[in-house]
Amino acid sequence: MALVSDHILSLVTFLPLAGALVILLCLARRPTAAGWLACGVALADLGLAVLLWLGYDPVPGTDQFVERAAWFLGGRVQYHLACDGISLVLVLLTALLGPLVILSTKSSLSQRVPLFMAMALFLQTAMIGTFLARDMLLFYVFWELMLIPMYFLIGIWGGPRRIYAAVKFFIFTMAGSVFMLVAILYCWFKAGTMDLGAWLALDLTPTEQLWLFAAFALAFAIKVPIWPLHTWLPDAHVEAPTAGSVILAGVLLKMGTYGLLRYAMPLFPAAAVTAAPVLAVLGVIGIVFGALVAWVQTDVKKLVAYSSVSHLGFVVLGLFSLTAQGATGGVFQMLAHGLSTGGLFLLVGILYERRHTRELADFGGLAHGMPAYASVFLITTLASIGLPGLCGFVGEFLILLGTFGSSQLPHAKLLVAVAATGVILGAIYMLWMYQKVFLGPLGSKKNQGLPDLALREWFVLVPLVVFMVWLGVGPNLVLAKVGPSVERVLEPLTAPGLVLPHGDPRPAPLWAVPAVLGGGGEVAP
Amino acid sequence: MHLEHFPLGLIPLLPLLGAVYAGFFGARLQRRWREPVIYWPAIVLPWASFVITVVAVAKLAGAGHHTALYHRAWSWLSVGSLQVDVAFQMDRLSAVMALVVTLVGSLIHVYSRGYMKDDPGFWRFFSNMNLFMFAMLVLVLADNFLLMFVGWEGVGLCSYLLIGFWYRETKNAVAGMKAFIVNRIGDYGFSLGLFLLFWGLFLAPVVTTGDPGDRLAAPGGPHAAPAVDAAEPGAPAAADTGIHGGAPLTSVTFREVQTIVEDPARRDGILGQRVLGAGLITVVCLLFFLGAAGKSAQIPLYVWLPDAMAGPTPVSALIHAATMVTAGVYLVARLHFLFAASAAAMTVVATVGALTALFAATIGLFQYDIKKVLAYSTVSQLGFMFLAAGVGAYWVAIFHLMTHAFFKACLFLGSGSVILGCHHEQDMRKMGGLRKLMPITAVTYALAACAIAGFPFFSGFFSKDEILWKAFDSGNLLLPGKGIALWALAAAAALCTSFYMFRSYFLTFTGTYRGGQDAGHGHGHGHAPHESPRSMTVVLVVLAALAVGGGWIGLPILWGLPNRFEQWLEPAFAGSHHLIESAHRGHGAEWGLMALSVAIAIAGWFAARWLFRDGKNPIPARLLASSRPAVRGVYRTVFNKYYVDEFYGRVFVRGTRQLSELLARVDRDVVDGLVNLWGSVGRVVSDVQGMIDAHVVDGAVNAIGAGSVRLGRSLRRLQTGRIQSYVFGLTTGFVILVVIGYLLA
Repeated sequence: MALVSDHILSLVTFLPLAGALVILLCLARRPTAAGWLACGVALADLGLAVLLWLGYDPVPGTDQFVERAAWFLGGRVQYHLACDGISLVLVLLTALLGPLVILSTKSSLSQRVPLFMAMALFLQTAMIGTFLARDMLLFYVFWELMLIPMYFLIGIWGGPRRIYAAVKFFIFTMAGSVFMLVAILYCWFKAGTMDLGAWLALDLTPTEQLWLFAAFALAFAIKVPIWPLHTWLPDAHVEAPTAGSVILAGVLLKMGTYGLLRYAMPLFPAAAVTAAPVLAVLGVIGIVFGALVAWVQTDVKKLVAYSSVSHLGFVVLGLFSLTAQGATGGVFQMLAHGLSTGGLFLLVGILYERRHTRELADFGGLAHGMPAYASVFLITTLASIGLPGLCGFVGEFLILLGTFGSSQLPHAKLLVAVAATGVILGAIYMLWMYQKVFLGPLGSKKNQGLPDLALREWFVLVPLVVFMVWLGVGPNLVLAKVGPSVERVLEPLTAPGLVLPHGDPRPAPLWAVPAVLGGGGEVAP
Repeated sequence: MHLEHFPLGLIPLLPLLGAVYAGFFGARLQRRWREPVIYWPAIVLPWASFVITVVAVAKLAGAGHHTALYHRAWSWLSVGSLQVDVAFQMDRLSAVMALVVTLVGSLIHVYSRGYMKDDPGFWRFFSNMNLFMFAMLVLVLADNFLLMFVGWEGVGLCSYLLIGFWYRETKNAVAGMKAFIVNRIGDYGFSLGLFLLFWGLFLAPVVTTGDPGDRLAAPGGPHAAPAVDAAEPGAPAAADTGIHGGAPLTSVTFREVQTIVEDPARRDGILGQRVLGAGLITVVCLLFFLGAAGKSAQIPLYVWLPDAMAGPTPVSALIHAATMVTAGVYLVARLHFLFAASAAAMTVVATVGALTALFAATIGLFQYDIKKVLAYSTVSQLGFMFLAAGVGAYWVAIFHLMTHAFFKACLFLGSGSVILGCHHEQDMRKMGGLRKLMPITAVTYALAACAIAGFPFFSGFFSKDEILWKAFDSGNLLLPGKGIALWALAAAAALCTSFYMFRSYFLTFTGTYRGGQDAGHGHGHGHAPHESPRSMTVVLVVLAALAVGGGWIGLPILWGLPNRFEQWLEPAFAGSHHLIESAHRGHGAEWGLMALSVAIAIAGWFAARWLFRDGKNPIPARLLASSRPAVRGVYRTVFNKYYVDEFYGRVFVRGTRQLSELLARVDRDVVDGLVNLWGSVGRVVSDVQGMIDAHVVDGAVNAIGAGSVRLGRSLRRLQTGRIQSYVFGLTTGFVILVVIGYLLA
């Protein structure tokens, strides 16, 4: 047990990779066995993630389960993994979606199944590693590693324009990463180490911060994607196989917002505070733009893809509200979006397997023949549009509430007034889609007699639905673990002595309740 | 406020269990054991909720005036300074609401058993109805804004599901969608109002006690002294709820918000804040009122309710008449301490209410679909309630809410009985003479019509007359002549109400049956209309009895009789009592208005009887056939609901749609166009470099050029899909850089 408890982060990270290697080496010609093994490995990884969850102490919000070893350059580059509340929920989300994705793929795939399974597991290692790394080089390695399996998932098992989509995805992301690499090198020469903790203590001038922040933020903004850098996303989603879309929407997009929160903001706090209004406005544009464009899509998958742009806009807005509620809500929204949008892509995939089309015009009246499928779809839809009592509401609410009270953003109230229209628009495009697909008369003869959910599909969908309800009813389960960590990570941004590039006096952070109300007089007008 | 524990959570929980049972297992159970296995639990559980509610109310009645029952289930959200519990509270206001909801709701469940018989979606219907009961009870019992919002949107969801219950007709599905989206527009106001209130109270400066002139310190001004002591005589309740005078707002419970707003040390600081040029409280109230207008179908958001009649009639009775649509009125009453603090907000609420009352009533005059008449009538009656709430007569608004729940449920269920009896015919032109064929339905419908018209001693008389009087007597409104103009609007609406209700009665129940010929042959079961089964008529009788006698608990003080209803609710609205002003119009005026109300009711009845009784009077037909442009124009405009739906469709729906299409084009051609252009440029550069590499440099690799050439080559490889080489190159390059850095260091 000591092995497990001392190296749980390494285990949870590399177990999938080990599974992938076994599949490639031993089961390359045995698709069924490869599928089962992949499923088993992913489930075991989920078990480890649950252990991590149970063992995590939420009160301090610090990094825990730390694993540290000199890697090279005399320990100035380290193998350094650690887990705080933010990493924890994202690792758990990744580990939860892993087995579901693998299970969902088993029938839809006919070619090169073992390779697919290996790629999915490989990707999981890269994703979990990205969330847990605390050494910048290690982080960068995991970050770039993610691209390779994702590129192949789209490029090999994708739709007709898969090469275009895969290359676009790759170049877009890579272009951003190059800037981040330059920034990493700059900091490396400055700090002499790749350790995140040492970097946090770096004394950078405000101008240096602005440039470095811009480089990091660009890489992450592409990944989120923040408007107007989002155009790779609809193409990637439409061409990706179901599993690719689920992982892309469920986890990969969160890499961007996670990176912003973990690196870009605390490492360069003055720059982050300066840039917050810009990013918040881009977030709001993304919310409204994504929602409006989603409404006129005729391809269900593209519609859901644009809805992701809208939902991730909320996350960006929450993070750059620089308030406890907003940023915590942002992290919660990452999780909620992973569940609901991941679920939507799974559901669309199930439909595609039956009808081999995703055009809205081809559907209609499906609720009659597929009542269970329609019900699950409805619950997922409602979670996505933030119905109170389901997971989507909590994140959106906290983000909007936090932003509304933000003293750091100019015109915060106006931003919220615009962003909140995204909640109305969300209902419009999602219910519009639901009505076109499920209600009304049967759109075409081919919609008749489609089989309802099969047992395997139930296994995939039920956990998601359970979590959507659970997180809506008892979000404190997650908030308690996330909140303290978010406040810790944002600490550099709210420190009173922060010098901004223009030398403006910084306003008091809003959630410092006693300072504001007890001491009085420090409230920003 | 003193809190006593009571397991209030059970009240919404029981219907939720029913919803889960029927929702998850209903389809299969119904196939095997037919309908009883669905309807017994679905009917019994709401009744059980009713019984628990009665027990709770009895306990509440036995406790002190300022007691509320309280049940904290679990901590829901806690982030930073925000703490929200899943907690229920029953004060005297919630008690009335919970009683009405559980009683009328349970009765309608009983009725539905007969109405929905043999529908293949029987289980789905009862699951959704039970879910609605759950959401509605959460709404009225929630102790904080956020939990109320769960119920608030939850009832909207159930409304969506039940309007589109027969979803295979696109019309029904679209009506459900319209209801949900229009409600969401209202919810937008609710959310923003909540944010503004939360931060407004959170940031409100605490002013130390002193002479009132000093309290008007500007926000952010110096107030270095620590918070006022909790033992302020004006806030005796603070100790009970653990809220202290100077504590910041950390939860969003109604109690805490009220305590802070009423805290003398902060009141001026709160009222002094300005948003968009208006007072904070005014803006907060208007935003919440937008939410209320969405849920309760007031101008400008009323358009969804008439379309909502696409749902089964019991749904119309329960959700779109008796309970859900009154949630907005409940919200305003719940926030009486905010609304009463803003004369501007009160004026807006009252004016919108009065205008809606008249506007919807005029549309009701010409409709032929019996349910459409009732739908516009509901919109109109809700307007009356808002008028009452707007002039600060909160207990009257709730009183009318209750009597309306009785008589409107009875009318809707009566119309459902008619529709079922006439084989799903809703057009009154194809009815007539049903009094002999459906005697119970006819009598109960007539009694409920008397109640809504305001015949003396019927329930509607007491509540509506009180509204008219309170509007007339209001001293708070910022209108010339105070409430007189609104009174006039409401009185005109009352006249219309009496007329269209009796018009629908005479068209439906008197004369000869006009539906036999074409409808009968078409359907092949051309039997005469028949009375509905016992399970339905019993409910009609009970509701008719309540419609007749339900007003007696609120007898006019003017008559020297005890008004138990006002006494019951008095503590609930005590906090705003001192803010409500009377215009002191005197008892003589009140007697006079009462007489006028009776005259109005009778006039409406008389006119309807003269024109429509037995279908013998030729005037209506002649008027409709008139070719005089004035007559036709007016008739068409009103019959077509003033073309408001068309206007909204053209301007808002199509406008947004066109904007979306434009943005989608921008996204494809401009944003993504730039990306692709960038990609093409990159490719050309790579090709050029490749050519240079091959022809000019030609093997003799120049040390300076190598870097850029290699870059070009790898970019070209990248674009042909060979990613591995780039990753390899990148990683190697990186490692080399690291090594160089190490050596330099």
